[in-house]
Amino acid sequence: MNAASTAAPTAASTAAASIPAPAAPLVRVVGLTMAFGDEVVQRNLDFDIRRDEVLAIVGASGCGKSTLLRHLIGLQEPAAGQVLYGDQDLHRADDETLASLRRSFGVMFQAGALWSSMTVGENVMLPLRLFSHKPAAERARIARWKLALVGLEGAFELEPAELSGGMRKRAAIARALALDPQLLYLDEPSSGLDPFSAARLDGLILNLRRNLGTTVVMVSHSIESVFAVADRLLYLDHVEKTMTALDAPRVLAETGPERVRAFLHRRSQP
Amino acid sequence: MKAQNASDSDAVHWVHDAGRWQLLLQGDWRGRTLPLPAPPVPGPAPGEHIVVSGQALSGWDHDAAPRLWGLLAPLRRAGAVVDLGALPDALRAPLELALPAPDSPQEQVPEHVDEGGILARLRAGWEDALQTAAFVGEVTLSLGRLVRGKAMMRASDYFRQLDLVGPMSLPIVSLTCFLIGLMLAYMGGAQLERIGAQSFIADVVTVGMVRELAGLMTGVILAGRVGAAFAAQLGTMRANEEIDALRALGVDPFDYLVLPRLLAMLTVAPLLIAYAALVGVLAGLPPVVGIYGVPAWEYLHKSREALTWTHLWIGLFKGTMYIGLVALAGCREGLHAGRDAQSVGTATTTAVVKGLLWIVIAASASTVLFQSLGF
Repeated sequence: MNAASTAAPTAASTAAASIPAPAAPLVRVVGLTMAFGDEVVQRNLDFDIRRDEVLAIVGASGCGKSTLLRHLIGLQEPAAGQVLYGDQDLHRADDETLASLRRSFGVMFQAGALWSSMTVGENVMLPLRLFSHKPAAERARIARWKLALVGLEGAFELEPAELSGGMRKRAAIARALALDPQLLYLDEPSSGLDPFSAARLDGLILNLRRNLGTTVVMVSHSIESVFAVADRLLYLDHVEKTMTALDAPRVLAETGPERVRAFLHRRSQP
Repeated sequence: MKAQNASDSDAVHWVHDAGRWQLLLQGDWRGRTLPLPAPPVPGPAPGEHIVVSGQALSGWDHDAAPRLWGLLAPLRRAGAVVDLGALPDALRAPLELALPAPDSPQEQVPEHVDEGGILARLRAGWEDALQTAAFVGEVTLSLGRLVRGKAMMRASDYFRQLDLVGPMSLPIVSLTCFLIGLMLAYMGGAQLERIGAQSFIADVVTVGMVRELAGLMTGVILAGRVGAAFAAQLGTMRANEEIDALRALGVDPFDYLVLPRLLAMLTVAPLLIAYAALVGVLAGLPPVVGIYGVPAWEYLHKSREALTWTHLWIGLFKGTMYIGLVALAGCREGLHAGRDAQSVGTATTTAVVKGLLWIVIAASASTVLFQSLGF
């Protein structure tokens, strides 16, 4: 990684000291304010998503983590600010650009969100069918390959309902990987999983980053997972309604703001 | 300084001395449920200590802790420091749980939104109407994309919906329209018999079934059977984030989910209505022949004579419109359902109610329209 760019945002001013700065960021979030009507959820968020990193977005329940994810993938419009993929603002892009931007990332929703009217294989093949010109046999081959990457090579013919919670999430990751995205968004990958399944998913995230070079952004409540996989941690403060920390998890656990340390050490909030 | 609350002096005794408050519990509290008296005005200031003592308490029951909590919680919220150390353990433990320590932060609880007022209901109704208008606009755009060959609709979804809407609806449509035709012939015959006009039963049944009842009853049946299913399917997909997953992929849910359902309904509607009308007309045969003595050939001949192209196309047009409205109601409610199980149930019920309401409104409007146009 090269140590050139990425202006570390306000709360993340310590990041540069602890993490080598990479090349041009994959995504830049600039002055993002999220709101439901008049109620502001988070304001003035400024941060980058760097290539090849695992970025964890954490914070108390209701602080706006999943809402931020929905803004990052274009499912919700910001009250102010921009989400820039390269030079393109996701929320102001024309239809063609938007479609192309959307193909540059994959998303795993909290419960997997596999389409229940299709088999697991069809779930993985659908993005290929919609956005590539590959023949059916090749789509099936690619889908089996993606399922193998997440350890589910035998699940091609199964219905989503036949899978366990952890398997469903891994199948959703396989679907998210169908179009070979540079960036993978994961919403609460460890929630509702037993420790074995959660650890397996953590390992999968690390392997995806290491073996495929996939950048991962995950919203998580699981401190164990965050420490296991995240290079950087973005803390959304529910009291100040903005990000108050962005740095390596271990750095923040030692020297971060009081509320962030309390969060990472699982103490009740200060 | 000593202060005493006169209202319930035998239950507690407030003492304020040297900047410290004492709340002395006394007597037998068993069976007592009245609220405890507040401290004398001005009461404990923020930061002042209140020492609660139970030494003079001779007996208490399960109401004692809630009564004390009701007295102490507002004082604690106002900043007083409550010391429970001099209480019996069985009373102190639950109170310590319910009265958080002074330095622990209060968790923010969302404000309750009252949706029961008339204004709130009117506003909700207005927003609902706007959402429906936006939904119809989106469907129109989606149909436009379909015409231009740009809609992301799977043919297999369309055929799956055709099967659900058409062949699987035949048994219930057959039974319902058979009974409606039977009743129409039986009751119509009873009235016409009084003026010796039994031979006109065929006209009543044929025109009634073909022009009005076949479409109406098919619409009502599909509102309950298919409209509800659409709302439940799409509502569950929304709750499971499956629709978000489509949108994240850049797939328009109107193209992918609404179009196949709407087109399947509109494709099947004329066939189903024609079938329903045929069943209803034939159902008139048994009572007409068996009860009113009209020969079968005459009933069928009269039916054929009564059946004009105008009645037929009006019946098919109106019925298809009803069924289209049912499809729209089901899809609209499903796509706008909340994200929990209860919301899916609500969406399903609302889809049926809205479907029926829209059918009745459309039936009234179209009947007046066609009559005024001379059809």
